[in-house]
Amino acid sequence: MKITLPVDKKSKDANISSNLGRAPYFLFYDTETEEYNFMDNSAASSQGGAGIKAAQNILDNGAEAIIAPRCGQNAANVFMTAGIKIYKNISNSISENIAALKEGKLTPLDDIHPGFHQHGGRQ
Amino acid sequence: MKIAVLSGKGGTGKTLLSVNLAAVSPESLYIDCDVEEPNGHLFFKPQDIKTEKVNVKIPQVDQELCNGCRVCVDFCRFNALVYVIDKLIVFNEICHSCGGCRLLCRKKAISEIDKEIGVVQSGKSENVRVLTGILKPGEPSGVPIIKKLLQDEGQENEDVFIDCPPGSACVVMESIKDADYCILVAEPTIFGVHNLDMVYELVRIFHIPYGVVLNKCLEEEENPAEDYCLKNNIPILGKIPFDIELGRLNSNGEIVARKQAKYRELFQNLLNKVKKEVQHETASNT
Repeated sequence: MKITLPVDKKSKDANISSNLGRAPYFLFYDTETEEYNFMDNSAASSQGGAGIKAAQNILDNGAEAIIAPRCGQNAANVFMTAGIKIYKNISNSISENIAALKEGKLTPLDDIHPGFHQHGGRQ
Repeated sequence: MKIAVLSGKGGTGKTLLSVNLAAVSPESLYIDCDVEEPNGHLFFKPQDIKTEKVNVKIPQVDQELCNGCRVCVDFCRFNALVYVIDKLIVFNEICHSCGGCRLLCRKKAISEIDKEIGVVQSGKSENVRVLTGILKPGEPSGVPIIKKLLQDEGQENEDVFIDCPPGSACVVMESIKDADYCILVAEPTIFGVHNLDMVYELVRIFHIPYGVVLNKCLEEEENPAEDYCLKNNIPILGKIPFDIELGRLNSNGEIVARKQAKYRELFQNLLNKVKKEVQHETASNT
């Protein structure tokens, strides 16, 4: 299974990024081959609709699951339509989350927020 | 004569000024372009209201015709389109109605349908024709409503007063772009100076003649906005005092110039000054 995590740098010791749509990079990890691939998030600099564009990129790269701290409503709609599962991360570490996913210890992300559109990330 | 009234922030007195200038003019058209929260009508309480819907075009997809080429997805700078598995999905509330996706689709899979984003209301209050734009909550842009409002350019004998939204963003640019003159309303604070600076920059970009009205002025107190005008040679059209009686009438939804002679005189003098400035600007531009 191919999974995606939003990360703050292109390295295995990167931290999970707090924002999905505007994360600088995405990690694509294949649980069968154990291959790591990092990709620039071209949606990060979007004027608007970053979550939607990021979701399009993630599903175009064949991800079947996502591990993220939170997800906006628009991106979540895209993932739901595409049948991609969203899990809540347990820590900021890539390896801890991948291990937890393999052991079936991650829970689905139910904290879908309405988006931070033009509100400067206020919660 | 088309006068736009603007300021860098809300609450400086744009509506106070434009409503009262319209009230003292013999015949006028007052246009409320602050479509996210129009409040000029609260003062005018216009009669014989006519309401007209304002629609924009949004894309509608024929999934049978779509071949998944994604030209539209890549084109949309607002990312309102997404292609999921074998379906093109439109996020209506993100679409800015540019029509680009329909133009670019080689399979003609995209057509356009109307979406109502708000209304324009017109009515009459004594000597003033009142036009109000009302944007539905959640809609991304009031620009189409402002365009609709400003199609009414006023009759020959009418002075037109455009009450702008606060700030200096695209809704303000749309509101002022065909104005003959801009009145910038400023508060006597350092924060007020910052906001004045924003709209001062804007009107210069648009090459529209301008002047400032200083609101909430206290006698013998410092006025950073006045200092700013003097420093930058910005014409000061007049001052509105920080006056509890005026404030009280205004908060009760009264038009102060229709209530008391001294306020009528205040705004009449301001209007005369503005008309003189406009004539002077028109003369020097020809």
